[in-house]
Amino acid sequence: MPSPAAPGRRLPARVWLLAPLLVLVGLPLLMLALSWLQVDADIWGHLSTYLLPRLIGHSLLLMVVVGAGALALGVGLAWLSACCDYPGRRWLDPLLILPLAFPTYVLAFIYLGLLDFAGPLQTQLRDLLGETPAWIAALSKPAGVLPIMILAFYPYVYLLARASFSAGGLVAFEAGRSLGAGPLSVFLRVSLPAARPAIVAGLALALMETLADFGAVAIYGFDTFTTAVYRTWLGLFDLRAATQLASLLMLFLLALVLAERATRSARVRQAERRTVPNRIVLRGARGWMATAFQGSVLLIAVVIPLTQLLVWSLPSLGQLWSTDALELVANTMLLGALGAAGVVVGGMLLLLAGYRAPRRVALLSELAASGYAIPGTVLAVAIMLALTSLDRVLDTALAGGLLALLLAYLVRFVRVAWGPLEGVAARIRPELFETARSLGASRWDRLRHVMLPLLRPGLVTAFLLALVEIAKEMPATLMLRPFGWDTLAIRIFELTAEGQWERAALPALVLVVLGAIPAVLLIRRLGDAAGARR
Amino acid sequence: MVGSIMAEKAASTHANVNHSRYTRGLPEAELFQMNLVTRWLPMLLAIVLLAACSNDESAAPSTEAEPATPAGTEAAPADTGSTAPASPERLVVYTSRQPHLVEPLFDDFTEETGIAIDYISDSEAALIERLAAEGDRTPASVLITVDAGNLWQAAERGLLQPIDSELLEERVPAELSDPDGQWYGLSIRARTLVYHPDRVDPAELSTYQALAGPEWAGRLCLRTSRKVYNQSLTAMMIERLGEERTEEIVSGWIENLATDPFSSDTRLIEAVAAGQCDVGLVNTYYLGRLQKDDPDYPVKLFWANQDTSGVHVNISGAGVTTHAPEAAAGQQLIEWMTGRDAQQFIAASNMEYPVVDGVPLDPTVAAWGEFDADTINLRVSGQRQAEAVRLMDRAGWR
Repeated sequence: MPSPAAPGRRLPARVWLLAPLLVLVGLPLLMLALSWLQVDADIWGHLSTYLLPRLIGHSLLLMVVVGAGALALGVGLAWLSACCDYPGRRWLDPLLILPLAFPTYVLAFIYLGLLDFAGPLQTQLRDLLGETPAWIAALSKPAGVLPIMILAFYPYVYLLARASFSAGGLVAFEAGRSLGAGPLSVFLRVSLPAARPAIVAGLALALMETLADFGAVAIYGFDTFTTAVYRTWLGLFDLRAATQLASLLMLFLLALVLAERATRSARVRQAERRTVPNRIVLRGARGWMATAFQGSVLLIAVVIPLTQLLVWSLPSLGQLWSTDALELVANTMLLGALGAAGVVVGGMLLLLAGYRAPRRVALLSELAASGYAIPGTVLAVAIMLALTSLDRVLDTALAGGLLALLLAYLVRFVRVAWGPLEGVAARIRPELFETARSLGASRWDRLRHVMLPLLRPGLVTAFLLALVEIAKEMPATLMLRPFGWDTLAIRIFELTAEGQWERAALPALVLVVLGAIPAVLLIRRLGDAAGARR
Repeated sequence: MVGSIMAEKAASTHANVNHSRYTRGLPEAELFQMNLVTRWLPMLLAIVLLAACSNDESAAPSTEAEPATPAGTEAAPADTGSTAPASPERLVVYTSRQPHLVEPLFDDFTEETGIAIDYISDSEAALIERLAAEGDRTPASVLITVDAGNLWQAAERGLLQPIDSELLEERVPAELSDPDGQWYGLSIRARTLVYHPDRVDPAELSTYQALAGPEWAGRLCLRTSRKVYNQSLTAMMIERLGEERTEEIVSGWIENLATDPFSSDTRLIEAVAAGQCDVGLVNTYYLGRLQKDDPDYPVKLFWANQDTSGVHVNISGAGVTTHAPEAAAGQQLIEWMTGRDAQQFIAASNMEYPVVDGVPLDPTVAAWGEFDADTINLRVSGQRQAEAVRLMDRAGWR
């Protein structure tokens, strides 16, 4: 292995680890690229005159607002959970990850139902006050999807930032404080930059989910760039132009993550955790303010929607024990576990190929992980096309099989595993590998006895996160599932196809509860890994 | 499979136990993590590889992990079609009609004919792409959708084959089926006006186009133009009234909107009931559901264009796929679904209208009275759909 961090050197052989991943991801990406062989100027003229200006504006607004919101909420909550102490912290901390278990579309239809003109809140207010305050009425307008998405996506930032903070945030903070700087300035100038790779990984996940989302924005009627993708496909019957639009979205997001990488300053490695200082104790009113802040986020993002689901489910709660329900649960978990295992392996390949490699490699890695930025249905179609073409050439039956679905999960979610792994890897001291090498350990030994054990928390986080994501995934599962592999998400789709959201409450509730198990495990693990006292 | 679920549960309880001890017992926690990574993950990987291999060997019956094993027998449809016996054991259906509305029908069909049905549900666009991608390897013999436009699109792309059936020609009205016999309507979905009786005198109502008039300013509610129901309505209006006139009307509607377009018909009707707007455009069965739950529901139905072109209707319909492994059985299913019992179930289960005459209606539906429907062939809704969507874009219908 070449010596670390010498710019302009030859690429390490490890880069070849990306090859299998690039081949797999390359199949659907090739389909996207091929769509450009023919461009219909007429459709593009129509799109760019009537749709794109407004929709691109909406997407940018969504990106900025949801990005800023998820960042502020995620980092703020994570700092409190990881480094401070206040009443109720132990309870609030693991629960704050729970919005992750809610599919975004479920959160959206619950809140629109509650906040709509005809919904209970506005009706009550009209009865009491005669009219609804404008800001409440605004929440049911199309832009009301913005806060919903912040609630749905802040957990990505929270999860990864919290892991980073609890690993070294306090050490850095205390060091900074001992040099006489104020708490805010230390937080901004030391703790935050040290956690930047983790925070950015979380933010990237949140932004890609936001921009590729179709369900929640459709429920609120907030037209975004993905609306143009689907409108072109479903309304204008032009899948090619739709695919072209989707590939533009993907390129934009790719450019964004690469730009962020380019501006990253020299690696700020966090301090080790050998001697971990005490948490910052927030006393009196400040402590209770922290509690109230976290509590209200929890109330809005979890307690209220969960209660609503429960209320809607009550009449059908008896069906919970049917064999049908058990089969759905079993399928969901099995697909999730199988898919997540594949995703974690993919994430490991990305990590090993890119670990301390020159920046050029990052372009390849980001490309291999770009499936997350493609709207789900378009990706599913691309995979379907790629596999059926392969089937024709090789005379196989990949397209109808389980493998196709697992491949789709890998292509779509490999970034979800990569983020946590990179976050952990960034904290490993490279000297360890040098030492191991000088002691005669082979490349394989170094991987097995040094790298893997150190990555363990990241591996588990990656696995659980991918599991939750796959359980929630809808379009690819719908399109690529073999017979007999219906999942909870598919049942939700089937029940809501005609807009009867309440009918889907029971499967949605089960999905959220199932998703909550790995979500809580995630945070418990982080609690262990933190090693922060008290 | 049960095993893996148990493992999941065991894992979660273990983690909890360890957590409560972790202040002192870090080694134990680490031991557990060790187990998780060194034992559990490789086990799962093994399963993945197993599943992958068994799929690679094209079409071996299902692995042990697979539930509901009958699916496994379905796998090799590629070249069995032509030599198939008259009555196959199994028929594969792709449906965008909700499973709870078709599954009971499929069960009855199986009971009567001995032909079992496997179905895949998805949105129609995805099903059409799936059919197109699978080409001559498709396992599906029948495609069911909930609108004519998508059936037209499937036929246009060569994914459906003409059905030569006197029975269907006799039973299904000509305007509700493809002139080339590539698809047939199975139920009628009428899209018409609803209003709040306290704020609208039904004498004020007449046609779809009249809602563009200034007296409806700030009183109209529409669903988004994303929904194919609105696209079909606009397409049929273009056929009747011409593009220019239709664009004037649609622009007039948009100016009259009380609020942003809704994402569902149900929300729209609830908005009329709550007073957010006075009149709206919906498929009748959405109102039927609300009226069934509450007979005094404060929204009423009005049959549009009765003195002119008739109410705009769409269909839920079906066709036999071009490369159907079981074309004859597919046709048999479609014919069977136009039979009296099936039609009665279709009409009752979603409060739609049957395509054949003389089938009793749901009482709530019957109470709306009879109506004259538009008689232009529904193929137009597909042919003019792209045109309609562009028109809606120009008019600013979101």
